[in-house]
Amino acid sequence: MGNLRRLHSPKGWLLLAGAATVFLGLVPLLNAVLPASSPLHASSYFLLLLGKFACYAMVALAVDLVWGYTGILSLGHGVFFALGGYAIGMNLMLEIGDRGVYRSALPDFMVFLDWKELPWFWHGFDSFGFALAMAIVVPGVLAWVFGYLAFRSRIRGVYFSIITQALSYALMLLFFRNETGLGGNNGLTDFKAIYGYPLQAESTKLALYVLSFAALFATYLACRFVVKSKLGAVLRAVRDVEGKARFTGYDTLKFKLFAWVMSAAICGLAGALYVPQVGIINPSELQPANSIEMVIWVAVGGRGTLGGAALGAFIINGAKSWFTVWAPEVWLFFLGGLFVAVTLFLPNGLVSIGERLRLRVKGKAP
Amino acid sequence: MNAFVKPGPWTRGADVDPGLLLRVQERSANPLLAIVDVSVSFDGFKALTDLTMVLDDGELRCVIGPNGAGKTTLMDVITGKTLPDRGCVFFLDEKRDLIRSAEHEIAQRGIGRKFQRPTVFSNHTVRENLDLALKCDKGLVHSLFGRQTALERARIGEILETIGLQDCEQVEAGTLSHGQKQWLEIGMLLAQDPKVLLVDEPVAGMTHQEVERTAELLRSLAGRHTVVVVEHDMDFVRSIAQDTVTVLHEGKILAEGSLDAVKSDPRVIEVYLGE
Repeated sequence: MGNLRRLHSPKGWLLLAGAATVFLGLVPLLNAVLPASSPLHASSYFLLLLGKFACYAMVALAVDLVWGYTGILSLGHGVFFALGGYAIGMNLMLEIGDRGVYRSALPDFMVFLDWKELPWFWHGFDSFGFALAMAIVVPGVLAWVFGYLAFRSRIRGVYFSIITQALSYALMLLFFRNETGLGGNNGLTDFKAIYGYPLQAESTKLALYVLSFAALFATYLACRFVVKSKLGAVLRAVRDVEGKARFTGYDTLKFKLFAWVMSAAICGLAGALYVPQVGIINPSELQPANSIEMVIWVAVGGRGTLGGAALGAFIINGAKSWFTVWAPEVWLFFLGGLFVAVTLFLPNGLVSIGERLRLRVKGKAP
Repeated sequence: MNAFVKPGPWTRGADVDPGLLLRVQERSANPLLAIVDVSVSFDGFKALTDLTMVLDDGELRCVIGPNGAGKTTLMDVITGKTLPDRGCVFFLDEKRDLIRSAEHEIAQRGIGRKFQRPTVFSNHTVRENLDLALKCDKGLVHSLFGRQTALERARIGEILETIGLQDCEQVEAGTLSHGQKQWLEIGMLLAQDPKVLLVDEPVAGMTHQEVERTAELLRSLAGRHTVVVVEHDMDFVRSIAQDTVTVLHEGKILAEGSLDAVKSDPRVIEVYLGE
């Protein structure tokens, strides 16, 4: 318990408990108990939106862990998110069974391509547990291999960022191919059920929503535990003066790999929670632009703060949802403008507004 | 800059040739660290040529020499930052070459380094800086789950007092004055408790008072640690030199001996002191 007490001030814990009460208590209650006619009823569309944001917020935490705390700017986190999504998507495809359009045990796109049997790497994915494990393990292993090679060669800064961007693009091209065996440009979709529960059912939607937020809070606490430990101090040391960290006796390669792989695994889990809710995963998730947007959530929210990063994901995606309904053509201008404005006027992100105001009141503003 | 980066893969270091061992033992009765026949060149420029130097256990060694003599390169080789073309560096009790080991491993094996410009973790508090440096298990698992023992906490308190920063342990290191940063870095080295302490121009940019305190501290460290001070400020060297002084010039050792002997060496006067 001593460790847990160190994670937050009492005020911080209170805030966290408040957020948990609202998202894990109040919102589900408003959805399940109130009749649909009530103005306070939380519709399943609203739940879906929030559930998606929770997955994005997990990604933001993951990006913050490597960027804000370890100084590794990744422009390829969409890869890990998409891999997690594909892993669970493969299970959902097999779960369809012979309820597909072609009434075959094979997924529809394979029948369409005239394939006679499952490709080798689809085996095992009929088990939900296996698929969920793969959603975390595959991004983790890819991150480990990629990170080991890059960090060992001491590739840093913008060079590393460019390589991650290239990784994202290369995987997108790979996944676009029908021969890859993951549905080509249509991806995986038309899911019917998850672990036996029909995806159209209100209760399944609510359960996925609750799981997403539970995972978000758990991820937050795990990240918080890491950055508050001495390991977190080492990560920040690596970010600031890596050479000095080495001469102080730390194998910085291992520490960077730890943060990098943990970050990728979180993204994989987020992707696995995301796909059942939105009902589709396709190579467009691998677009380099998606990965860049993830970085913007963190930059706008406040990097190196965890909470700020998660908040940034909610705010930007909330705004995106609003804009795409009311003024889709303005969205990108808004996003760009917001990014520039925050960078110029709030370099520490939106979470630093309170601090800035307090300083201004005291007359200490720069 | 890439030429300075030591490429992997790193090895645990080969055992040292017995012949070399004998050579080192002939030179000194109580050797701790030996640097033997080290040569380094950068794009044809010879930074160090067949340099051999033996450090005694607990001595305070001053290395002086004009700019470009190879002082910093020598430090880079010992700490593993630069891979020499030839030569080896080893602790006499280990008899294992340090040269191909990774920097962090060399640090853990007992070599601490203070850079010319004060290098501290400026976004960490003073205490965090010392916590990071403190000699302990520096692996992943211990860093994540380990707690500091009462003994370790007390040790940090001691160091804070030694370096005169006990009142600002919660202050971010970046806000310290230049002199205080130098002291914090020395404190970090003390926390690391290395066998050999390499100190690169410790008094650059310090006030007169700070210089005196630093000289006093370095002298008090010798005996418990082997201290190597690299300096080109002759006055400072005069104030701390108590054992051997080594004069480097163009990557070679020009003279080695007591301060008086070195000062009266005509070659030294010509290239260095005569300026």
